Amino acid sequence: MAETRYTKDHEYIRIEGETGTVGISDYAQGQLGDVVFVELPEIGKALSKGGEAAVVESVKAASEVYAPVSGEVVEVNSELEAAPGTVNEDPAGKGWFLKIKLKDAAELESLMSEAEYQDYVKSL
Amino acid sequence: MAEAADAKTADGKTADAAGTATLLKTPLHARHVALGARMVPFAGYDMPVQYPMGVLGEHNWTREKAGLFDVSHMGQCFLVGPDHETVARALEALIPADIVNLAPGKQRYSQLLNEDGGILDDLMVTRSADPDEDGALYLVVNAACKEADYAHIEARLPANVKLIKAEHRGLIALQGPGAEAALAKLAPEAAEMGFMTSRTVKVAGIKANVSRSGYTGEDGYEISAAANRIGEIWDTLLLDATVKPIGLGARDSLRLEAGLCLYGHDIDTTTSPIEAALNWSIQKRRREEGGFPGAARIQRELAEGPARLRVGLLPEGRAPAREGAEIATPEGEVVGTVTSGGFGPTLNGPCAMGYVARAHSAPGTKLNLIVRGKPLPAVVAPMPFVPNGYKR
Repeated sequence: MAETRYTKDHEYIRIEGETGTVGISDYAQGQLGDVVFVELPEIGKALSKGGEAAVVESVKAASEVYAPVSGEVVEVNSELEAAPGTVNEDPAGKGWFLKIKLKDAAELESLMSEAEYQDYVKSL
Repeated sequence: MAEAADAKTADGKTADAAGTATLLKTPLHARHVALGARMVPFAGYDMPVQYPMGVLGEHNWTREKAGLFDVSHMGQCFLVGPDHETVARALEALIPADIVNLAPGKQRYSQLLNEDGGILDDLMVTRSADPDEDGALYLVVNAACKEADYAHIEARLPANVKLIKAEHRGLIALQGPGAEAALAKLAPEAAEMGFMTSRTVKVAGIKANVSRSGYTGEDGYEISAAANRIGEIWDTLLLDATVKPIGLGARDSLRLEAGLCLYGHDIDTTTSPIEAALNWSIQKRRREEGGFPGAARIQRELAEGPARLRVGLLPEGRAPAREGAEIATPEGEVVGTVTSGGFGPTLNGPCAMGYVARAHSAPGTKLNLIVRGKPLPAVVAPMPFVPNGYKR
């Protein structure tokens, strides 16, 4: 089963071999409220860990989505352009943002496991 | 994920970290919490930004049915003097609206002006319909400005006119196409009221001052009643299946689509009512006679046109432009700034307002809004963005 790891900024990355699928957590979508617009990066863009990867806008505010790890964007979820509300409905599934080809798998170790993230959210 | 640097809290103001320790509560605070609202600091009050329905759902509900808003944080006060003319003239020295000729039971929108014609606050002024209450004007001002407004007004009143704060009152707004039917069940007279009129009626048996006005672009009412009774009116209205509670998040998106100004954002001490395209709120007699703060500037701007003008802006595509975004010509010359912007749920797209140099203010003018460093094409558009539903 694919492993999912989380940042303190509420991005997740689901690891599938050399690539990871990046999105925002269920907690994050709940905090954000109704998503009305998603700006996705160009395919091929090199992202560095902690750098801006995408922008997600709710009715009330714009938020940046940061790259959980460094790597190259290999795919984006262009369905979100027409249906940004998918981020609210299914953040861990159809509401994914982008897929990244990992530059350095060791960077994953600095991220939280599912259990660690759930504890972190409870502490907020 | 983190809120972008230029993002604002739900109320549209930058968060006040220091102000959270001593937040005030409206008389309906416990009800918001019980309804599951997400509470945020706004103008010194702990206020509901959204209920479990969410901002989009609440916005759409208000446009289609009836939304109920707690606006008890706003400042309610009375100006009281010997007769209407004396009180009206005292207020006219501070605002550019014609209040002397305001008929009993009528309401007007105006602005408190500084000596430069800049806007200290915007407000609603109501003359009671009751002849026994003549010589009293009821004012509603913004929560964040109310203490400064009261001090400003009091310092400038003649000795025979007094300002009486109505801090013992709560204020709620019922807005949307279903507002008339919902309120008329509790106060049948409400159905007969015209837009921008006011009456004292019993709502669910409780004495209330009701005006047919609001801040959403929809038909609707504002209901002022004693703080210890307003909760009963709130509860009774919510028993109606067409009425749902609506938070500040949807209040902001509703007023933006309606093209209505938010004080501190779209208007402030640096903007005049003419720059803000609020000319309609300055009646002919006042334009000609002046006699209000900043009259020289305002009369000059009326005659010659202001240097800059508040306009509506419709971005192409789906990306919203937020407050603070620069407005540039297609050639790259910066000609203004966005003062409010976001996503309009009813419009089903982004909309914004901002100030541009007058040469670029005509509807249809193509401009770029600079969003995250990139030019976002937009067009100057008339407001409201969504047709209003006022009961004329």
